[in-house]
Amino acid sequence: MTVAATPAPSPATTGGQSGVRLARSRRNAELSLLLLAMVLVAAYGATVEANLLDTVTPDFWMPAAALGAVFLGLHLVIRFLAPFADPALLPAVALLNGLGVGFLRRIDLGEAPVADRETLAVFAGIGGRQLAWTLAAVILAAGLLAIMRDHRSVSRYAYTLGLAGIVLVMLPAVLPSSISEINGAKLWIRVGGFSIQPGEFAKLALLVFFAYYLVRKREVLSLASRRFLGIDFPRGRDLGPVVGVWLISLLVLVFEKDLGTSLLYFGMFVVTLYIATERVSWLLIGLVLFFGGAYLAYVLGSTVGGPFANFYVRAEIWLDPFADPTDKGYQLVQGLLALGTGGLFGTGPGGGQPDILPEVQNDFIFAGIGEEIGLFGLSALLVVYLLIVERGLRAALAVRDSFGKLLAGGLAFTLGLQVFVIAGGISKLIPLTGQTTPFLSAGGSSLMANWLLIGVLLRVSDGARRPVTGGAGKASRPAGGPPEQLHGAPTEVIKP
Amino acid sequence: MNAPLRRVGVVVMVLFGLLFANLNWIQAYKADEYRTSDYNGRVQVADYKRKRGNIEAGGTAVATSKETTGKLKFQRTYPGGAKYAHVLGYKPVNLADQGIEQVENDFLAGTSDQLIGDRFKDMFTGDETGGGNVLLTLSRRAQDVAYDQLRNNQVGAKRGAAVAIDPRTGAVQALVSMPSFDPNPLASHDTAAAAAAFNKLEQDPEGPLKNRALAETLPPGSTFKIVVAAAALENGVSKSTPIPAGPSYTPPTSGSPIRNAAPSICPEAQVTLQEAITESCNTGFAQLGVRFGADKIKEKARQFGFEQDDLTVGQLGEGGLPTAASRTGDMQNPDGSTDPAALAQSSIGQNNVRMTPLQGALIAGSVANGGSQMRPYLVRQLLAPDRTTSYYTAKARELRQPVSPQVAGDLRDMMLTVVQNGTGRKAAIAGYTVGGKTGTAQSAPDRPDHGWFIGFAIDKNGNPVSAVCVVLEQAGSGGSAEAARIGGQIMRAAIADPGGR
Repeated sequence: MTVAATPAPSPATTGGQSGVRLARSRRNAELSLLLLAMVLVAAYGATVEANLLDTVTPDFWMPAAALGAVFLGLHLVIRFLAPFADPALLPAVALLNGLGVGFLRRIDLGEAPVADRETLAVFAGIGGRQLAWTLAAVILAAGLLAIMRDHRSVSRYAYTLGLAGIVLVMLPAVLPSSISEINGAKLWIRVGGFSIQPGEFAKLALLVFFAYYLVRKREVLSLASRRFLGIDFPRGRDLGPVVGVWLISLLVLVFEKDLGTSLLYFGMFVVTLYIATERVSWLLIGLVLFFGGAYLAYVLGSTVGGPFANFYVRAEIWLDPFADPTDKGYQLVQGLLALGTGGLFGTGPGGGQPDILPEVQNDFIFAGIGEEIGLFGLSALLVVYLLIVERGLRAALAVRDSFGKLLAGGLAFTLGLQVFVIAGGISKLIPLTGQTTPFLSAGGSSLMANWLLIGVLLRVSDGARRPVTGGAGKASRPAGGPPEQLHGAPTEVIKP
Repeated sequence: MNAPLRRVGVVVMVLFGLLFANLNWIQAYKADEYRTSDYNGRVQVADYKRKRGNIEAGGTAVATSKETTGKLKFQRTYPGGAKYAHVLGYKPVNLADQGIEQVENDFLAGTSDQLIGDRFKDMFTGDETGGGNVLLTLSRRAQDVAYDQLRNNQVGAKRGAAVAIDPRTGAVQALVSMPSFDPNPLASHDTAAAAAAFNKLEQDPEGPLKNRALAETLPPGSTFKIVVAAAALENGVSKSTPIPAGPSYTPPTSGSPIRNAAPSICPEAQVTLQEAITESCNTGFAQLGVRFGADKIKEKARQFGFEQDDLTVGQLGEGGLPTAASRTGDMQNPDGSTDPAALAQSSIGQNNVRMTPLQGALIAGSVANGGSQMRPYLVRQLLAPDRTTSYYTAKARELRQPVSPQVAGDLRDMMLTVVQNGTGRKAAIAGYTVGGKTGTAQSAPDRPDHGWFIGFAIDKNGNPVSAVCVVLEQAGSGGSAEAARIGGQIMRAAIADPGGR
């Protein structure tokens, strides 16, 4: 790649990389934002109680305080272990996580007998469990920051993680349905009372592998090509891994009956491939392959049935949910009705009827919240998600090594894509698939995996914003790490 | 790698933009459609937050709401069970509303425009003032008797109906259809159980959900002779005019002769009109019909209320329980000319003549009320939640004038003899002057006949106080006499009820 291919960075985007600015850790800004987020969570809890109990109990602030203590712990860990990390990430995620806990507690309150509502314990019900999971997930993220002092160190385990990722993806597919199937999608491993979604963790593991693999192969992938119709197409032999991942994601689609996860993996891979090679052709190939595959599955589902039938049914529901509003289309219809009932301003936290919604604590939490906070509230939530994604991408832009760029860029995009898949699913933008809503949905797997993701983004952003100390970064590069990529260098050392 | 990263940032922006646009579509553009969708259970949950008003008859609540601890705050209950089912209908959680519950839903629920003041007040006080109360015209005693007597009829009929109205006002005193059903299970908050209960009722071959009193049309048999007699009286025939009768009459161009119910009935060549009514002489009325022609008979029936398909029974305005139209039906040959055989059969309430029980009561009522037919109604008053303000009070209204007071007087006299010494003796009430007309209608060649009675009661001062129609479907022999007995009982109860009017 030539320098010309990269647009000259504007001062605004590179300004933060000047030595002077980078010296500021902005940890106090993070703390203030975090406090603001917790105040919002406490206010949300108070509104819920006012609507549901007709009174605000003296203990309304306790869930927010418990969450605040947990996040404050993480803030302190960041202060010491990743002092230059992006200050917006933790407060934004804490806000989402806090609202998720608040909404789940709101469901508990709604289901509790009226007499018991005022005395519902902080750790009771799914809200309390989510609070406990938050603690576990934040400890995990803190542990990640402690162990992984430099994001490049994970590249050492890239192949191990890649293998682990594939195993995690395939595991529910090969396990018997009794263990792995919930609501028609085989995505779980259920042991005793616990069910974990290995795919949530596989996402992270696979991305580390993708990033490592692509950094090594990006030269050949981006340079060796044939030009056709004005677009540079890669050589056939280089298509191997792409086709491999495509096949895996189609297998997921067919055997785990889950379009969302499949879309997520494939989108994740294609986008990291695109970031690595800067080839639009990869995006085109990816899109054609994915939509072609999905359409093929749809056609096969309508004619052959069998393993494709589930996808066909889902697509049919998506096309017209009101064709069978009480059975097959029930979930989607109820989600739409919840959103519609909320309207512009919503019914107010605690003022809606989320208990009518099936799976409101998981897949449909976005609709359940949307009923109560309305279009304006949901738009604000989307902006918070967008902020996290764009902050992740910003870390990717700023970090100096290619592996870090791919890792942070891929993770940030994956997070955004997951929000798109589930929020688009319940609002009938795309066919509905069983995805968790990051940081909101009840469930330990999703919460832990996404907090690990945030841990990685925090670490990469710390690396990106850390002042350059006389080539120390180069010297400390672990052996066997990804080769230094020179082409990105000009953008990274230019000063305004 | 920074250029593609930036583009990925743009892609994410676009994806979120799509989400945002789509949410606008759903939460703003389609919001109203989704909010009020039939599949949206939230509307009902909101409804149940407010105490629904009572429906009352004779000062007693026959539909009321009780507070529960469940998700839906108030449980609708019907203390009268099956007795008032076809009037009240039911207010289920997920199924369609019926009856007065449906017709007066807005007022009962408190969402009607009339109660906007309460809603406005609630906004400031934070209370939930309940819905308004609907007071019915029904006499509890008459309704009790009608329900019990129909159920325990002595001829073993399984289906039937009874309607009693006040001839002077049109206020419905009793309205019962048999078989009935208990509306309480349908209002269950367990929607699956409610749906199961509904399906069971709907699939019941006896049709308990059907409001027979208002919407079942059956051949009226001899009760239709009142209409034919009215046509005759207006066309030069008087009570004492001899009309052709005989043991048998074969209409022109028809092979099958019309006979009387028993050989003892009008075997003479001629009887007076009054005698023909009293004995229910088929041959006489068949010949009367053929003599005056189909158009006159049809027109007279229309003037009595036949063919009206938009009559509702509720308030005296728009809305109310729907009724079926009574029909005189086809009396023509395929070429359009009158078929004398069909006309003769129609004149004795057979062929294609079909009548609702309500129509029967209206005919009896208009005869008793000097030829003035009052619009029937069920809702007497709408009372505010605090029971102090009245938002509606029924003011009786004439629906039509089928016959002149003079013709009505003649018809009344003839109907009195039916009860005094004719087929309707069992309807007599001590201390009152009772008139009526029985009817026995063939349902199907191999089925038992329907038994009808239409009648009225007049007090000492000459005021008509009750008009009734009772039908016992496929009651067989003795059906019309039993209908007359039940009709008399119902009228007696309606008269005796101090709160009945």
